[in-house]
Amino acid sequence: MAMEKENDRGKSFTRRAFIIGAGQGLLLGVLAGRLAWLQVAQGTRYKTLAEKNRINVKMVAPSRGEIVDRFGVPFAVNNQNFRVLIIPEQTDGLEDSLKKLSKIIELNQKDIKHVLQVAKKSASFLPVEVRDNLSWEDISKVEVNITDLPGVGTDVGEIRNYPFKEATAHIVGYVGAVNESEIDQDKMLTLPGFRIGKTGIEKAYDKNLRGEAGRAEMEVNVIGREVRELKNKKSMTGKRIVLTIDAELQLYAQQRLSTTRSASSVIMDARTGAVYALNSYPSFDPNEFTSGISAERWEELLNDPAFPLTNKSIAGQYPPGSTFKMVTALAGLEAGIITSRSAFNCPGHYDLGSDRFHCWKRGGHGIVNLESALAQSCDTYFYKIATDIGIDRIADMAHRLGLGERLGFELSEEKPGLMPDKDWKRGRFGQKWQPGETIVASIGQGYILTTPLQLATMTCRLVNGGYAVKPWVTGFVGTNSGLDTSWPKLELNQAHLDLIKKGMYQVVNIKKGTAYSSRIEDSIMAMGGKTGTAQVKRITKQERAAGIRNEDLAWQFRHHALFVGYAPVDNPRYVCAVVVEHGGGGSTAAAPIAKDLLIMAQKRDPGTEPLKDPNEGNGIEELPRRKPGMIGG
Amino acid sequence: MANGIKLQDESSIIYKLTHLNWTFIVLTVVMACIGFSALYSAGGGNMDPWASRQLTRFLIGLVALLIVAMVDIRWWYKLAYPIYFIGLFLLVIVEIMGQVGMGAQRWINLGFIQLQPSELMKIAVVLALAKYFHAATRDDMASFRFLLPAAILILAPVSLVLLQPDLGTSLMIIMAGIIMVFLAGAPILYFIIAGGIAAAAAPIGWMFMHDYQKQRVLTFLNPESDPLGSGYHIIQSKIALGSGGVEGKGFLDGTQSRLNFLPEKQTDFIFTLWAEEWGLIGGVFLLLIAGLIFYYGIRISLKCRHAFGSLMALGLTVNYSLYVFINIAMVMGLIPVVGAPLPLVSYGGTSMLAILISFGLIQCCNVHRDAKLPRM
Repeated sequence: MAMEKENDRGKSFTRRAFIIGAGQGLLLGVLAGRLAWLQVAQGTRYKTLAEKNRINVKMVAPSRGEIVDRFGVPFAVNNQNFRVLIIPEQTDGLEDSLKKLSKIIELNQKDIKHVLQVAKKSASFLPVEVRDNLSWEDISKVEVNITDLPGVGTDVGEIRNYPFKEATAHIVGYVGAVNESEIDQDKMLTLPGFRIGKTGIEKAYDKNLRGEAGRAEMEVNVIGREVRELKNKKSMTGKRIVLTIDAELQLYAQQRLSTTRSASSVIMDARTGAVYALNSYPSFDPNEFTSGISAERWEELLNDPAFPLTNKSIAGQYPPGSTFKMVTALAGLEAGIITSRSAFNCPGHYDLGSDRFHCWKRGGHGIVNLESALAQSCDTYFYKIATDIGIDRIADMAHRLGLGERLGFELSEEKPGLMPDKDWKRGRFGQKWQPGETIVASIGQGYILTTPLQLATMTCRLVNGGYAVKPWVTGFVGTNSGLDTSWPKLELNQAHLDLIKKGMYQVVNIKKGTAYSSRIEDSIMAMGGKTGTAQVKRITKQERAAGIRNEDLAWQFRHHALFVGYAPVDNPRYVCAVVVEHGGGGSTAAAPIAKDLLIMAQKRDPGTEPLKDPNEGNGIEELPRRKPGMIGG
Repeated sequence: MANGIKLQDESSIIYKLTHLNWTFIVLTVVMACIGFSALYSAGGGNMDPWASRQLTRFLIGLVALLIVAMVDIRWWYKLAYPIYFIGLFLLVIVEIMGQVGMGAQRWINLGFIQLQPSELMKIAVVLALAKYFHAATRDDMASFRFLLPAAILILAPVSLVLLQPDLGTSLMIIMAGIIMVFLAGAPILYFIIAGGIAAAAAPIGWMFMHDYQKQRVLTFLNPESDPLGSGYHIIQSKIALGSGGVEGKGFLDGTQSRLNFLPEKQTDFIFTLWAEEWGLIGGVFLLLIAGLIFYYGIRISLKCRHAFGSLMALGLTVNYSLYVFINIAMVMGLIPVVGAPLPLVSYGGTSMLAILISFGLIQCCNVHRDAKLPRM
């Protein structure tokens, strides 16, 4: 009986043991299934996640491309920036190490505090910058003592340098830290210490200059310590930008402008539009910006009434004054209102209805024709024809000659100026255009605003046979040439253009010409041109009666002095526009500068060594660099 | 009869050695070797700090296994209750003066070893229940009054372990205990009733859970909700496992574990490391070895001619299988992270010793399968 029961119980046990065994087998199957699900079905997904876990892709900042002049003279380069770094975990006490270091290089209490703060926030195996911009001597001193300074290291970064400082500051611009608003798809911009172009060519060609970031794939462990390098793609240096500028001419022009209080100038090629020099004075040293400018210095630059930060040659907008007279004259000629034989008497004033408009010369010029009106800058002559032409035809001619709108110049700082017409006035003020305003406009006063760059472009178009050249300053971006320089021809009568040129010749080269004292006596280099004096403040009747002259006014109320010129006269190549802010008369303040610049331009003659396409061999990169000190050679 | 001679033979060491189940021992060694190789890898291709110490412990444990197996099973039968009460006493000691570690009091520092009484208790409960049910009749098993002391035998240590608090271990003791009761022949209806009560009591249990335990359950349900907190373990473990693929990344080439993305890689998450480096093939191989251990454990249990041995061998096999299931299911994200090691593979002294001793007891059943045990 007992045995039976025992057997019975045994059977039950065996059955139940079998159930347990089956359960175990089932669970093992579940586990194996789950494993297969994770490793096979989901394997790819988890592999990607694992790689993401493990690999830290580090971007390696590329070197910024160089900016050079037409002969390869560097305008913007990367200098070595020597830095001292410290890795906290490798030191025997960070503070002690810094104290030791302060005996070797200059390190004040503030610096030490800053390093300690930064070190606290970051992982102890990450290097912390102690000082940058160290001299070679300082870095050598640290290197010599490096064995006594565990955890201290040195490295070489790059810092932008502008060897020509003030002279090229407005063209080249400068680089600075990336603002939040400037961050685009390029992840490179998020690199610590990355600099992007803020103004000038540095800004305009920033994307080309940046280059391509390298990628270093680092294997990292869970706390982010780099274990080893897996892959490394070298960074690509940014494109080299070759400018059309001639460094020597640029430097010379800057020095020449520095005899004034505030001035700007443009020297360009009448045939191609290539800009050889583009100057604005006063200027600033862009190197101050790359190494961190002080707030006081920044304030000082901002508040300077001569606007050193502004590139006045392209962003300064001035009434063109008498330099505009060629536009009025050509509009009159093209409209058939005057001819080469048209002559009028200038009594010193012109009456329109009850309004009297004065010529600059009291008593008048007597009988003047087109050439002599230009040569002596007779206002009355232009007053007379302006009424007949009307503002719209003047404005149309101004636009055709490149005034009153942006010329598509590479630098984004370029301003459009303003060329008013009837529509403009209606749109702007809701008023009808007054005939008197046409008279004022005919001599480049009133609403008209032009930039020196536009005035130079206008002069180019007048003297090159009527080709619509536009100014350009970048010859090559990498190996790609800048602009297509086959310019369309303006439909202008060559005889009319010759007549204008003749007038401009007389301005400088006959005794009665307003710029006779600035003539170039060497006939091979002789220049033609036109003076301009732009009124800033109207001289009131009372002041005129009191005999107050413009020179007696405060600086900021004095006239702007302008001059546009070209040389040589028989085969114009170089065009120059000069504006001296509040400089007084164009003939006394601007023409002498233009004379010097045109002499230098012809001596340097940068146009005879044109930029060549590097792809065609014998490119600019292979041209011998001109040695400094060749001025006047 | 030749009984006398046979008894003599049966007590000799040679007899006992030949009557060990050597396949079972080989499987044990294979499983331990998986552990050594995984720990070697976890140490970055070094015997230190884990593999060498694990090896020493295993060798000590193997000797303990043999000794336990040689001891006459009647001794284990006699000592079943004393061992149980010693275990219970040690749990109380832990509760009173145990050291605080991992937010739970779990071990006593004996100087040379961190003794974790709850690990030993798992064996003791099986032993005590095997003894209690040894002579039980069918009527006994249907009697509520007979089953009540068995329930107390289970719940007394469970409540002490819960106090530590160690949810994983207490659940394992309960499960092993229930399976013992099931094997001993309690009516199926009781389990259905008990299951119903447990389901009803679950919300109350939730209320008594520690925050970190609740967090683990919640995180388990949605690990991505807390990728850097509690969910981190599961996510990283799944990434490491999944990235292993079929063939694995190769020995010593498990990137996730080597780079420390995998937490506790040498202890609870050792299976992940193994499966990352050896892939599905290695993982299934490990499961296969475990399955074979279960199989031989059950076989020994079934061949045993006395209820005590059968119940003990199967109970201990179940105990081991619970470790395996809980650990591997945990690292694969099938169940919450409960902090259970994979015995013989995970780095850790107590769990390895406990399992080797329990394997010794299973072997003891094999050696003494025909022993005459008193019927009370």
